[in-house]
Amino acid sequence: MAMLHTINKSPFERNALDACLRIATPGGSVLLIEDGVYAAIRGTTVADKVSTSMKRLSFYALGPDLHARGYSEAQLIDGVQVVDYSGFVDLVVNHESVQAWL
Amino acid sequence: MRFAILVNAGPYTHQASDSAYRFTRAALEKGHEVLRVFFYHDGVHNGSRLSVPPQDERDLPKLWRELAERHCLDLVVCISAAQRRGLLDASEAQRHGKDAYNLSTAFRISGLGQLIEACIEADRMIVFGD
Amino acid sequence: MLVNRKAPHGTIYALEALEVALVAGVFDQDVSVVFTDDGVYQLTRNQDTQVIGTKNFSRSYRALEDYGIRKLYVEQESLQARGLATSDLVVLVQVVDAKRLGELMDQQDVVLSF
Repeated sequence: MAMLHTINKSPFERNALDACLRIATPGGSVLLIEDGVYAAIRGTTVADKVSTSMKRLSFYALGPDLHARGYSEAQLIDGVQVVDYSGFVDLVVNHESVQAWL
Repeated sequence: MRFAILVNAGPYTHQASDSAYRFTRAALEKGHEVLRVFFYHDGVHNGSRLSVPPQDERDLPKLWRELAERHCLDLVVCISAAQRRGLLDASEAQRHGKDAYNLSTAFRISGLGQLIEACIEADRMIVFGD
Repeated sequence: MLVNRKAPHGTIYALEALEVALVAGVFDQDVSVVFTDDGVYQLTRNQDTQVIGTKNFSRSYRALEDYGIRKLYVEQESLQARGLATSDLVVLVQVVDAKRLGELMDQQDVVLSF
């Protein structure tokens, strides 16, 4: 089982996404929560980086955080899966450990 | 599965405490065990019994308190982080000669050893913070 | 494994993370401490906090060894990006690249980040 990485910061404000993509090993998953969900939106300057990383990492976004910020599933980068808090719990169960890129 | 949660940010300034609360609730609803929620850094302010948010806003310390009562949750506030920030329980207040205490009864104050112990005993440790 | 990604003094995260490391050492666990991104600034020499009033805990990193914590890792990319070398740091550390750090992280039972 691989690692689950959570990112709760906007990629436009902090380097949490960059640090995670630099260090995370292939086969892991990235869950975007809180302001981290902005990294999941199509058409931004970080979208290419996220799409390219999907070859080695799975991407998830927390639906309630997405909706709270005025975005819907239809605006996500292709391949980003949406989970709710219950899905968040399942992701934690299904990965060996969790690293929060605070 | 046995979870432990670490909350590193205070309520209201950051969403981290809300995320931690919703994750904890979801885990409990799915039948998992949450053996401890440890509050560190400004996270200790979740344990205040004196917070009075506006009526149309969530009351995070109260939400934690109710969740703890429903599920016998072990909510632990780090003693050194709490004392730095003026969060005391009744006996700590007395020990330090303070005229008031402000820790909610649903929380207990203890040392960082409780965090390390939770890391050792839990199957998964999840950190929420700034 | 404890992961430090924040600089000292501007916020309290570094100091309180160090306190966790010292306590973890007492528990006889296999503890490693990582410094990456701005976390590498925690280890720089010549910190003088006298005038700003915050605690100068940079020397305390040397005490980690006394608490049985000998695995201190600094990420090479973060060090280079900040124009730093190991000779600028207060303790002896192992410098690892991002790939190796990722592998080390994968091997952990628990990762605490501050």
